Amino acid sequence: MARTPAELVGAQPDPPFEITFDGRRITAVPGQSVAAALWAAGILSWRTTRTGGRPRGAFCGIGQCFDCLVTINGDPNRRACLVAARPGDAVTTQEGHGHDRLGV
Amino acid sequence: MPTGKLSDVIVIGAGMVGAACAYYAAGAGLRVTVIDRGSVAGGTTGAGEGNLLVSDKEPGPELELARLSARLWTELSGALPARIEYEPKGGLIVAADEPGAAALRDFADRQRAAGVTAEEIPADRLHDLEPHLAPGLAGGVHYPQDAQVMPALATAHLLRAAGNRIRLRLGEEVTGLLTAPDGTLRGVRTTRGEVHAPYVVNAAGAWGGELARLAGVELPVRPRRGFVLVTEPLPRVVRHKVYAAGYMADVASGSATLQTSAVIEGTPAGPVLIGASREHAGFDRTLSPQALQRLAAGATALFPVLGTVRAMRTYTGFRPYLPDHLPAIGPDPRAPGLLHACGHEGAGIGLAPATGFVIARCLTGGEPPLDIGPFDPGRF
Repeated sequence: MARTPAELVGAQPDPPFEITFDGRRITAVPGQSVAAALWAAGILSWRTTRTGGRPRGAFCGIGQCFDCLVTINGDPNRRACLVAARPGDAVTTQEGHGHDRLGV
Repeated sequence: MPTGKLSDVIVIGAGMVGAACAYYAAGAGLRVTVIDRGSVAGGTTGAGEGNLLVSDKEPGPELELARLSARLWTELSGALPARIEYEPKGGLIVAADEPGAAALRDFADRQRAAGVTAEEIPADRLHDLEPHLAPGLAGGVHYPQDAQVMPALATAHLLRAAGNRIRLRLGEEVTGLLTAPDGTLRGVRTTRGEVHAPYVVNAAGAWGGELARLAGVELPVRPRRGFVLVTEPLPRVVRHKVYAAGYMADVASGSATLQTSAVIEGTPAGPVLIGASREHAGFDRTLSPQALQRLAAGATALFPVLGTVRAMRTYTGFRPYLPDHLPAIGPDPRAPGLLHACGHEGAGIGLAPATGFVIARCLTGGEPPLDIGPFDPGRF
């Protein structure tokens, strides 16, 4: 029987809530990182690289590699592995640097 | 470990200026050995922004050197790979108030008389050139001849382009100069042995004064520290090299205290580079929060959009400063066989090709392309 990290530590989180990823509804629990919530929903990539457009998601998972950058509530370059999900968060795929609207 | 007379000239320093000296000397048929105690572009070159500017230079010898360099950079941009990120983007100097704008116009008039292209930009046209500029500026001047290059890549590719006429000896420090009993220069002693050549070029940048002392001559090069603030990668938010009118006064000053003026440019890699601070603090690399705070404040005053993005990191370097703000270029009359190519302060990337061109002419007995009297290393 598969055991989850929450079961291993005997966690008893408060009730789950919803966030969205590119409009799709995803369930998260209090204290769970955005990256963990996305992974739990089977989503492995949420950013494209600046020059090659290649897919990126969580790599180190501990805030060091900056591979997991993502746009949360319109704010680009958040580290999904460090940011705790909050009810109603709108997570969107980040294209490149995430600042296209600033270009002139 | 004598290497025999495999070289016609030794260049000390593998920064932009040393690379240009080596490149043009090799192009003139000389065999060159480049020695650096560190790596290619490991000193001031790797800590710069890659300014190729005519806009900040008063009419006079440095401007003439800059104009020649601008032409040579155009040639080099065709000869070297695109990866050196040469961008003929032009410069835009802006003034916050009318007296500042009037001073800019006067400066531009005098530069035009010296052959520089400079177009006055009234306040209501500034945003055509730079849409993100702050409102309320009094006006500016556009200098289409200003350009930018990625200095570390340019240095590396310049060294590579000369092929096997250039031999690189990195991680090897020059500890003394070798002379024959009659005083003739024979080469250098290093931490790894001896290298022989009849000519030695001091392209040691901010450390050029120390190198000169090894030859028993005085060259008063001092480090003038600068910090650069680097933003996260962005699309093109700044089109030109943009700086505030106060920058020219800071460059020309000899003050030891911290001076900052906003100098801002985008890069092909994405980050925006924010300068420029100047202070005499020896070779102290300690981070100066005061300098960084002032850089950030200056940048966001000019481009408020930069206040909405993150600064990721900072770097520091040491401009090779000479008291009259002119580099030392050419043979040292006090030490036959020794030539200097250092002391360019913050303009070394821009002035490197002309410097290298001049040095190559000196080495081969040719006519210099311009009057090098003002750069005479024996003037101090």
